[in-house]
This record gives sequence, structure tokens and C-alpha cells, in this order.
Amino acid sequence: MAFEYAPAPESRSVVEIASSYGLFIDGEFREASDGKVFKSVSPSSEEVLSEVAQASAEDVDAAVKAARKAFEKWSTLPGSERAKYLFRIARIIQERSRELAVLETLDNGKPIRETRDADLPLVAAHFFYYAGWADKLSYAGFGPNPRPLGVAGQVIPWNFPLLMLAWKIAPALAAGNTVVLKPAETTPLSALFFADICRQAGLPKGVVNILTGDGSTGAALVAHEGIDKVAFTGSTAVGKQIARTVAGTDKKLTLELGGKGANIVFDDAPIDQAVEGIVNGIFFNQGQVCCAGSRLLVQESIQDELLDALKRRMSTLRVGDPLDKNTDIGAINSAEQLARITALADSGEAEGAERWAPACELPSHGYWFAPTLFTGVTQAHRIAREEIFGPVLSVLTFRTPAEAVAKANNSQYGLSAGIWTEKGSRMLAVADKLRAGVVWANTFNKFDPTSPFGGYKESGFGREGGRHGLEAYLAPSSPEGERK
Amino acid sequence: MADVTASEGTLRRFLHGLPGVDPVGLEARAATLGTRSIKTTAKAYAIDLAISMIDLTTLEGADTPGKVRALCGKALNPDPTDRGTPRTAAVCVYPDMVATAVEAVQGSDVKVASVATAFPAGRAALPVKLADTKDAVAAGAHEIDMVIDRGAFLSGRYLEVFEEIKAVKEVCGNARLKVIFETGELSTYDNIRRASWIGMLAGADFIKTSTGKVAVNATPANTLLMLEAVRDFRELTGVQVGVKPAGGIRTTKDAIKFLVLVNETVGEDWLDNHWFRFGASSLLNDLLMQRQKLSTGRYSGPDYVTVD
Amino acid sequence: MSTVDRLSVLKTYKLFVGGKFPRSESGRVYEVTDSKGNWLANAPLSSRKDARDAVVAARKAFGAWSGATAYNRGQILYRVAEMLEGRRDQFTAEVADAEGLSKAKAAAQVDAAIDRWVWYAGWTDKVAQIVGGANPVAGPFFNVSSPEPTGVVAVLAPQESSFLGLVSVIAPVIATGNTAVVIASERAPLPALSLGEVLATSDLPGGVVNLLSGRTAELAVPLAAHQDVNAVDLAGADAELARELEIGAADNLKRVFRPRSVDFSAEPGTDRLTAFLETKTVWHPTGSLGAGGSSY
Repeated sequence: MAFEYAPAPESRSVVEIASSYGLFIDGEFREASDGKVFKSVSPSSEEVLSEVAQASAEDVDAAVKAARKAFEKWSTLPGSERAKYLFRIARIIQERSRELAVLETLDNGKPIRETRDADLPLVAAHFFYYAGWADKLSYAGFGPNPRPLGVAGQVIPWNFPLLMLAWKIAPALAAGNTVVLKPAETTPLSALFFADICRQAGLPKGVVNILTGDGSTGAALVAHEGIDKVAFTGSTAVGKQIARTVAGTDKKLTLELGGKGANIVFDDAPIDQAVEGIVNGIFFNQGQVCCAGSRLLVQESIQDELLDALKRRMSTLRVGDPLDKNTDIGAINSAEQLARITALADSGEAEGAERWAPACELPSHGYWFAPTLFTGVTQAHRIAREEIFGPVLSVLTFRTPAEAVAKANNSQYGLSAGIWTEKGSRMLAVADKLRAGVVWANTFNKFDPTSPFGGYKESGFGREGGRHGLEAYLAPSSPEGERK
Repeated sequence: MADVTASEGTLRRFLHGLPGVDPVGLEARAATLGTRSIKTTAKAYAIDLAISMIDLTTLEGADTPGKVRALCGKALNPDPTDRGTPRTAAVCVYPDMVATAVEAVQGSDVKVASVATAFPAGRAALPVKLADTKDAVAAGAHEIDMVIDRGAFLSGRYLEVFEEIKAVKEVCGNARLKVIFETGELSTYDNIRRASWIGMLAGADFIKTSTGKVAVNATPANTLLMLEAVRDFRELTGVQVGVKPAGGIRTTKDAIKFLVLVNETVGEDWLDNHWFRFGASSLLNDLLMQRQKLSTGRYSGPDYVTVD
Repeated sequence: MSTVDRLSVLKTYKLFVGGKFPRSESGRVYEVTDSKGNWLANAPLSSRKDARDAVVAARKAFGAWSGATAYNRGQILYRVAEMLEGRRDQFTAEVADAEGLSKAKAAAQVDAAIDRWVWYAGWTDKVAQIVGGANPVAGPFFNVSSPEPTGVVAVLAPQESSFLGLVSVIAPVIATGNTAVVIASERAPLPALSLGEVLATSDLPGGVVNLLSGRTAELAVPLAAHQDVNAVDLAGADAELARELEIGAADNLKRVFRPRSVDFSAEPGTDRLTAFLETKTVWHPTGSLGAGGSSY
């Protein structure tokens, strides 16, 4: 290419990462009770970024107790005061957004363009949105005097570490709950920086507690008797395990799990925008998105034209250093995730689908996977059914709208779907029939704090965002009594 | 493609059968490409390329031979402090100034482009438009920037628009024809895509956004759309057509955004002033100041570039 | 004229599945008694296969029922109330027997149940307006959230309130477009089985409500584990059974409405009505009218 972009790296110096971090319990950082630690590495370089504490069951207990203690005051604070704390947090996030974007890119591996233009603005917006609810809960449609639940145990994934934290913490605090949050094992750092933001905002101690750790920490948290609410975003398998754990308890549960989103392109689609939407749908965040449009359902009559355009577009994707402002596709979050993607992609080939990826040079260190397309995929292939959670698109065809809907819905999941057509009535008819919690028509992967998000079927239950997102953190409103 | 333009009906059906444009998606794509960070060597390359792609323009009622000669001087020697600075692609003037301009750029590779066909409104009878064009060509114009009949387009007389472009193309002779759609008046992206196809089918060498005389001229989104059109046209017919955004591009930052659009939409085949132009005037000095900054490390100022 | 005590004609109680009245495929029945232990009838002792058939019927009915207009669903639910009103005496007698109530108290239960149908009939075309709506996203998009029925709901009817409780758990499920597989009160299933006769004559499409009698635990376990059931209302489960069922329900992440102590005579609120709804949010670009006009 004649016009080669020179490297345009965002400066690392805007963020100072300490060599080690403790657990944030009751407003203070402390070591794990048993002194255990683990390392957080940068997936684009495998460089060790920091050492963080591995919370034990004892630490979980301490955090839950701190949150319980803080709940008494926090829940009785006037809503307008809680609102001001959340507004403060939102503002501080805006002020520190460049630092947080670089941190997130280092810890997660996603491009700075995304952390800067998507993650961080959405994080701040989410706190702003829910801040405003804190003193208006009685107008939210959940009864005249809605009550908080108590202590929320929240477990979040590694794909949008800070954004998922915001989705969990903002509504919980607005509704008057206190929280114990466990960030993902591979991306603990932004949550720890958030603890510092809580300090700067003067948030009362114990209202937010951050426990870093692996799956065992999360399991101990959701099983703890002192919590009233479990909110989990992550895999469907773990979601089911959590549902079993909370069975028979009073813990309110919301789950935001996996997906295998169908992105349906009709022959009258705005093709250039559809191509962008397909690319955005599956390659945004390296495809490590629960609502990714990982199944492309294209009307057979335009298959060739669309695939040519898609391949041409994929060839312009810039894969590489996530800190480079011109990078479109960064690193896969972990070696483990890379292995999973690789195995599923290999199964696609083994099962007879045709694999294509643009020529692109992948860095020698870190975890990388080229943007990949499979054609000749059928509903029977694993890559059409299982969530890959990586930059791998499975292309299937359909002949009629009814067939498109049938294939789109033929999944255990029901999180997202896309529709591309210039015909309004078809868009509405198809949107109506899709069993998915979020339907993007002539767009994809758009998020907003006012817009409820969550799945049908095995993609989980409950909604995050919007007025609906408050429900997860408020006690039932009906005159019907408490649990038997 | 001849059957497409066989009748009003076939042309209409073809144009209305082109894929629609979703405005939000188009603008979002253009905006995303606008966030590319072009630094150091890439920036130096882009600045020189942009300078070489400028149709340095004066299109005012107050134009005089003196003004046009000064403009030509600037085109030939954009930065007197650095003779290595590329020349602009062309100067762009009204038909009655063509002779003056041709004389001034004589012996260089700087082209003379002339607007024609009752620019900018285009509200004149076809014979007048053809006479206008012939005058410019006869005076030595290398390139003709015609305006389409937006009235005919907006009332659905697509074939009339097509025939008019074809007729102008015929009288252009060896001059390359740029077809101006006045995208701000066509208003919708669907219209811009359709106009692009009419222009290309009628033999345009370039498709051009605007006259620079209306509220909305070249934008990243309408230029992106036209780049997609020339890309698709070449795919279908093998014929390459150039693109010229004009009006409203004033800064280096803007110009580089357009070059990124070219680079990532149609690629290097268009990264040449034979295939991509900027219709601009004040842009040049901003590019020159940025160019000086890159070579000296100091920010430049308006006193260090020439005003013509 | 001397009167001889006329021997009454007893009713054979049958299941209500897919709009038909089958016997249990098991061929088994169990004895239903009144509160004093007097024999009332033999009720079908449904098997897991009956439960499976009911799920098939409910799934089959789901498309048309969820796709019907809310107005139409409201009309049909109101029709159910009309039909019940006509059979008020029958249900009063059945409830009095089943729950050991005086005739007056049983009549009050039946009246409340009929009124509850009317209440829910009016909800069908309003629930979307109270729980859905447009969301003011920060971008050029039209964004609207609307509730949609979850699908097939397994309902464990309350054990004690054989009719008012039953109606209070069925009506909210179907008002919003779900279809239901209902396990009647184990001890007092007769009002539920009679309700089937009302539903069959109320324009309610077959399969929208399927009524099973039998052992609650025996039927609930396979229903809670059934992969084609989307949700379960555990109203009629005790704590131990509820926990077991909730664990089973996790296999395909059913929506679970846990048992609560409920005063069925009070206005229900919307918790049950909204418990079996999914929220679908649809985005579409809005764009602009385009720039236009000229200045010359």
C-alpha cells in the first residue's frame, strides 16, 4: 500500500500501574487473608503488568460483612445524596478516561480506539444515567416506595472489564444496595483503579468492595449466605452453575450469558453499511462479545456479491498493537481463550466448512487470531451452534424471510440479532419474530445506558440498562408477601 | 451497460435498483475513518500527496486576469522557500479566464480546469451549456467541471441528465470531464449514489461533489459514498473514474481524512492526482504550513506562506 | 306424586390438553375427597408422558397465541369470565367441597376468581405500555423496548386455594401471550379440571392452557427439567420441592417464579404478570432529512 500509516501509539505514561494490588474491602486495600497472589499479564505482549491478590473465602466473608455494614447507612441515605456520589464517580471517570482507556487496553488487549471511543464514554454515561435514578426510584414503575435488596454479589467478565463493572455497580448503588464485585481473573486492573475512583469520590467505605481472584472466588461469593442478589455476566455454563447455587435461596438472580447472534442480510440491504455492520458485529473487540453477530445469514441471491465485499473489507482490517490508535483488531484476551477459538475454528475446517482469512502479519508475542470467515457452514456445524467468542464469522444462507427467522431462532441462545433491509415492514416483521433480547436493524453492536440489554433462552435473564435495569436491584413491588 | 440507458424506464429501474444507503451507517463509517491517526512519515506523504491533488480554485465574480495569474503562480510554486514542494494538480477558473490561466501555466504539468455549463446553477438551455463548454475547451482547458441539471434530476428526468452529460462529454474532446452533482442540493445519499451512476454511465472522467457555492459541500460521508460508487463501477465495467470533493476542505487534518477514505475504500489505485482531486483554495496554505512544521519542527504562521 | 331420590349423574373428570379432554395415558386415577374425607371423584393421575404431551400442545399453541393481538387476547380472557359467571354455582359447589368452605365463602372465592379474569382481561393490551417504551439513546437511533411472552410456562397451581389461587396463577401467564402447562392442586384438582371445560368453550385456542391433575412432585420434576419449557411458576411447591425444581430448571435457564405466601384475595399487582415476559429492544437508525437548498 502506498499510503502506509506510521505507528501512532498512545502513550503508556498516562497510566501508572503499581507492582502489586490488594483487595479493596471496607474502603481499604488489603492483602488476601492467605497472602495468595496472581499475575495479570498484557495479552498483546505477555508482559506482567501487576500482581494482584487472590481473594479467599475468608476475604469474601470480610467483604460481604463490610458491604452489609455499609448497607445500613447507604440504603437510608436520601436518594439525592446517593445520586451525587454517582455523579461524582461519573465525572471522575470522564476526567481519568484517557488513563483508564490505556489501562484497559493494556490489561485486556483490545484496541485503544475502542477503549477510548466506546468503553470509556459508555462507562461514564452509565454512571450518569443511573445517578439520576437514585432519587427518582418511586417513579420507576416498581411501586411507590421501592426497596433495595441489600448486598449484591457481582461477577463480571474480561471482555469489557470496566463497562461491565459500570453496568453492575451503577444501578446497584442507585437503588441503595451495596456491592461486592469480582472482576475477571485476566482483567482485574480497571476494577482496582475504580476502587481508587471511589476513594476520590468520597464514597462511604464498604459500599463498593472489589475482590480479585479466579473462579473459586466468584463461586464463594455467589454462595455466600450474606448476599441478597447475584448478578453475573459470563458463560452460559457458569451461569447455570450459579442458578443451581442460588436455588432455594432468597437471592435474586440476573444472568447475562452467551450468544450466537444471527446477522441477517436481505437482498435489499444497504450493502456497504451491511458490510460495515457485519464487520462491526463480529470483529468488534476481537469478537469477544456475548452479543456478537457470529452467524451471518445472507440471502442466497446476494451471497457472492456480499461475500466479495466482506472479504475486501476484511482485508483492510488493521491487526496489531492495541495501543496503536490505528489498530482495528487487538489481541485475544488470554492463551486459554486463544486455544478455545483455535480449537473451534479447526473444528469448522474439520467439519467441512471453508476457511478464509485475509493475509495479515500477526505479532510474534502475545495472543493473536486473524479475522476469519467460514463459508459453506450449515446449522449442524459446531461453528454455527457454539459460541466461539472470537473473531470468527460463520456464513450461512437462506432463501426466504421465514427461513431466515427459523434459522436465526434455531439456537439455545437468544441474546442478539441483526437485520439488514431497506424495507421497513420486513424489518419490523422479522424483528417481531426473532427470539432475541436485542435486535439491531441496519446497525449492530450499539449500546446505550438507557437501552435495556439481556437475553432470551439460555442467554440469561434480567435486563441491564434503562429503567428495566433497576428492577434487578429492587425488591418485588407487589403486595404479595415475602417468600414462603 | 448500454441497455441501462436505453430509455427513461430502464435507467430509472436501474437507478432505483441500486442498494440503498443507510445515512447513519455511512456517516459512522466516515467518522471512524476520520479517527485514523496519521503521524510522521505518513503525514509527510499525505501532505505532499494532498498538495499535488489540489485543483487550486478561484470562482468569483470579481476574478481578473491578475488574480488568475497570481493563482497560477501559486500553483506552480506553492512554497517559494522550498522548491521541492509539489505543484498543485490544476487551477480551476471560469471559462473566460481559461486563456489567461493556460498562458500562465504553460510548459508545466499544472492543468487548467474550467467550470462550465452555466456554473454553478446550471440553469440554461443545453445549447448555451454546450457553447460554454466549447469556449473553455477552445481556450485550452484541459479539464471541464460541469454541473448537472439538478432540477431535471430531482423531478426524475434521469435520462435527460444522462444525455446532457453525454452531450457535454462529446464537446469536451480530449479534455477530461468532471461532473458536479451539487450533493447539497441532491440532499439524500440515495440521490448521490444514483447521480454518481448517471455520471459514470454518461462517461464522466471524474465525479465531483459540489460547486462550493452551497451550504453543504464536500463531506467525508458524501465523498465516501462516491468512492464506493467508483469502486463498484470499475468492478462492473473495468472503467476507472476519479473523485473530486470540493468546497469546505480547509485544513490539513480534513484533507488527510479524505485521503484515508480513499486509501481504505478504493486503495492506492486512486491515490494519485489523476484519480483524486481536492477542489479547494485556502487548503493549500494550511498544507504548506504543516509541511513547514514537519521539516523545521516549528509551527509556521500565515506570514510564512504566500497569499495570492 | 311421590318423589324418589334421583341418582345423580357423576362427571368423569378428565385432563385438558391441546383443547381436548383425554384421560391420562397411564390409565390411572386417584381418589379425590372433600375436606371431610368423603369421596368426590376419581381424578386422572397424570404421568410424565401426559406432561410431555401437554408441553407439545403448549408449544404448538404458542405461535398463534403470542402472535394474536393483545386486544384479541383480552376479548378471549373476558369471554372466559363470562363463561365462568354462567357456571358460578357449579364452581361454588366444587370449591366448597374442595376447601371445606361454607357456600357463601366458596361463592366469594368464585366471584373473586371471575373478577380476576376480568382484571387480567383488561391487562393484555396495557402491559406493553407500562413495561415497554422508547429509550432516548444518545445517537441517531430509534430505540424501543417491548415485552414479549417467554414461551411455555409450567405452572404449579397453589395447593390450598383450588380455584381463586388457580385462576390467579393461570391468567397472568396467558394474558401476556404465554402458553401454560398447569399442575392442579394435588388434593383439590376438581375445580381446575372443570375450568378446562370453561376454557374449551371460551374461544381460547386449544393448547394455550393445559391442565393436569396428579402428584405435583411427580409431574413437576420432568417439567422443570424439560428443555422446551421456558419458565416455571413454583406457587404450588413446598420449599424442598421448590429448591429441587429450581435446580432442575437451571439446565436450560428457565425463568423461575419462586413460591411466596400470597393473599389471593388482594389485588395481585404486576409481579406475576411481568414475571414471564422478555424484554426485546429494537434499534434502527433514524438518520436525517439530508441537507438541502442552495444559497445562490
